[in-house]
Amino acid sequence: FGIMAGKVKWVTDIEKSVLINNFEKRGWIQVAENEDWNFYWMSVQTIRNVFSVETGYRLSDDQIVNHFPNHYELTRKDLMVKNIKRYRKELEKEGSPLAEKDENGKYIYLDFVPVTFMLPADYNLFVEEFRKNPSSTWIMKPCGKAQGKGIFLINKLSQIKKWSRDSKTSSFVSQSSKEAYVISLYINNPLLIGGKKFDLRLYVLVSTYRPLRCYMYKLGFCRFCTVKYTPSTSELDNMFVHLTNVAIQKHGDDYNHIHGGKWTVSNLRLYLESTRGKEVTNKLFDEIHWIIVQSLKAVAPVMNNDKHCFECYGYDIIIDDKLKPWLIEVNASPSLTSSTANDRILKYNLINDTLNIAVPNGEIPDCKWNKSPPKEVLGNYEVLYDEEMAQSDGPDRDMRSRSGQSTGVKGNRARDSGKPVLTTWK
Amino acid sequence: AMLDPDSGLSLTIARIVQRLKGSSLHSQLERQARVSLHKPEIKLESLKEDIKDFLKTSGWEKKLQNAVYSELNVFPSPCHPAAPPEHMKEPLAYMRKAQGSWEKRILKSLNSMCTELGIPLAQKRPVSEQKELLNKWNEMGTDEPDLSLFRPVYAPKDFLEVLMNLRNPNYENGEQPSFRNHLGLIQVPLKVKDIPELKEDFSELGLNIGQLGIDDSAQVPPEFFENEHVRVGQKVLAEQDSAAAQQYVRQGCPTALRADLWALILNISNQPEDILYYEQLKSNVIQHDLLVDSLIYKDVKLTASNDDYYFVFEDYLYQVLLCFSRDTSVLEHFSYSSATPPKSYIRGKVGMEEYAVFYPPNVYSVESINSFILSVAPLCFLYHEPSKLYQIFREMYVRFFFRLHSISSHPSGIVSLCLLFETLLQTHLPQLFYHLREIGAQPLRISFKWMVRAFSGYLATDQLLLLWDRILGYNSLEILAVLAAAVFAFRAVNLMEVTSLAAAEAVLADLSTLKVMPLLQIFLFATVT
Repeated sequence: FGIMAGKVKWVTDIEKSVLINNFEKRGWIQVAENEDWNFYWMSVQTIRNVFSVETGYRLSDDQIVNHFPNHYELTRKDLMVKNIKRYRKELEKEGSPLAEKDENGKYIYLDFVPVTFMLPADYNLFVEEFRKNPSSTWIMKPCGKAQGKGIFLINKLSQIKKWSRDSKTSSFVSQSSKEAYVISLYINNPLLIGGKKFDLRLYVLVSTYRPLRCYMYKLGFCRFCTVKYTPSTSELDNMFVHLTNVAIQKHGDDYNHIHGGKWTVSNLRLYLESTRGKEVTNKLFDEIHWIIVQSLKAVAPVMNNDKHCFECYGYDIIIDDKLKPWLIEVNASPSLTSSTANDRILKYNLINDTLNIAVPNGEIPDCKWNKSPPKEVLGNYEVLYDEEMAQSDGPDRDMRSRSGQSTGVKGNRARDSGKPVLTTWK
Repeated sequence: AMLDPDSGLSLTIARIVQRLKGSSLHSQLERQARVSLHKPEIKLESLKEDIKDFLKTSGWEKKLQNAVYSELNVFPSPCHPAAPPEHMKEPLAYMRKAQGSWEKRILKSLNSMCTELGIPLAQKRPVSEQKELLNKWNEMGTDEPDLSLFRPVYAPKDFLEVLMNLRNPNYENGEQPSFRNHLGLIQVPLKVKDIPELKEDFSELGLNIGQLGIDDSAQVPPEFFENEHVRVGQKVLAEQDSAAAQQYVRQGCPTALRADLWALILNISNQPEDILYYEQLKSNVIQHDLLVDSLIYKDVKLTASNDDYYFVFEDYLYQVLLCFSRDTSVLEHFSYSSATPPKSYIRGKVGMEEYAVFYPPNVYSVESINSFILSVAPLCFLYHEPSKLYQIFREMYVRFFFRLHSISSHPSGIVSLCLLFETLLQTHLPQLFYHLREIGAQPLRISFKWMVRAFSGYLATDQLLLLWDRILGYNSLEILAVLAAAVFAFRAVNLMEVTSLAAAEAVLADLSTLKVMPLLQIFLFATVT
């Protein structure tokens, strides 16, 4: 038997030190993929194989993986939008107050994704929308790519002629091909700080979808563009102005390797409270929590809630100059590369806290456990939404309170829980 | 000779009246008084009282009060009606002399740099360049001029060396025998406070009194202190009372109220003439190129651009600092600073007074440029309108920060702060002090850079702002020395184990996780002496 018997055996196909150091510090043992493993931190390509119908992989009770089998329902841009649209329609059909619309027909509480269409399938619908605002700018994003690859902006129909031709021959098959794009209304009035555009990267851990239990990492960050933001049309091609992905910014002339163009979320909070006031800042952060939870609720019904799975998502959010947050996309494999020393520390701690929640006590897991870790192990995570607890409070809890408020979601605002002024929902 | 209180008071009144006469506030008050004549409540029989009442109820009396209060804060009390103006600046002759030599040295260094590089101290910009600069005014950060040839005018440690070498020529008479026991780097016998005196001065930081930075943490219910404190703050702002605001911020500013409270204390209201003044400075920058600009540019790139918090505001920093280096209104404060403004001339016009360019003191020195940069940067978290940001910075500079770059005997001057720090440490942590001295790590060598930058760039921004709340509240920089000592006290255990200066520096390298208010409170009120 020996000492080794009780140790978690791990595998990964992502060679990143922030991962490996975390496994080693727990005294876990590295094994190969074809051996008996307990914990596999896999890339999204691998998860496809593990759960694909052909391979017929069957995970045993003491095996845990870091992705849900069909995570792409949330993490593919087109499917995310599709699921959210479906979710909203369902709520509307039920007559839920959440689906209330304003006089312009816009959802009051669920309008958090910029208007989006799939191309080539929805090309005609898109054209109709485009013509309502011909001076608007739209952003084209390939469905299956990451790191800002293949993204471009358009402000003229001629720039996407290609998809007009393809729409005539569209079918379900071509939609899932690499040529599939989403086109979204570009947010051309982002909130600027120091004249610069930024987006928010927030980490959200989901341990189960049904019941939904999710955690938000308190140490998210803002990624700044290195160049001054300008909505002028001549700069549409300058990706450094518009895209905030670090992968793109890294190659700009002004990219600074020491700070990497990032701010902590608490910095952002300090700045907004100081320049805009506390109420609007609190409202903004509440709304951010809200849209994350709603996006998860939207995909929960279609998610394969495999008990061997957990997932840590990277949420990308943009705030506009009216302090409204917009969900841009959700990443299944947030980058574990570190651009600065601080970054490395942050990601190391992120993985550490994630493992503490997903693999209780660092021991050989039993996927049948109740997935309810004690508060002490959360580290820098805080409970964002716990459906079980929410339901035990009463069926209309959603209507009354902020997401996860009773479980102290606000971090340094935990003491605010229960204050009626926070509920801007109703 | 001692000044009797009455003539002191009337001198002060006379001086304040002198300063406020002809100010825009004066003309506004006159205008208001004239306008009020049309009002029904103003009666001819009781004209004077009625107008006074009107000014009171309309809030103008308060504005006048704030202006007077501001003057009192900024200017020292006169020493003696017969004292020459230099004594107003700095009563101690040897300090004046030291500051004079220091300035000469910097100017000499600057001039030789000009000669070496073949660049004038100041020159007019060609029109095409002016246009270009105007276009990129909001994004100077994207420029990459060749700055490799510009070397620092002097190294940061040089200033400390000068301070260390200060001597009072009268000292040998043994006036202060106790001072012989001082084992620190500063060897001038200035009077500094001890802990009992500091406890009295900073009584609002006491253990029984609510503080932001302590009693607003997540574990403390807001009903305990925070809610009421915010309410009081809102009231102070509503009444626009400078003096009340200054008292209030001693317990810290709520983040949402801070910008307005600081503006109230500094008496900054961003009037149209203020905005115009800023625009004038801006056009001055566009038209003339100063050598100093390149030094500023280089230092912003090195300092703020690499800072985790401040990099976002790089462009604002250029705007503020380039304007500041041309702002001759700053010269007013020379009447109470020991520094004399150096003059330089636009190329080709040497000796012609109308082409003389005055620099605020030490604006061309690397150490103080870094300090400027780091003292503007935190303000960007509060003010994003350029002319307001500029005025707040300028007022902070003339009230406080200039004292960190010039040699004087003022209690908030850098010399006194260094001495206060060393004395506190030697008196209350003697073991630590002796140990560090033994291993060649004189504490001041480490803490000097913190104090000279008012801790900007070392503390997390929210903590820095809490510290600066107290600088404004107590109208003094002494708290910087107290905090420096408190930091050493906090890390004393680790420091006792080091055996070299480098190791000591390493222990104290990262202050970004420190919470300043608990440190200060414990050091002042909870340490057994």
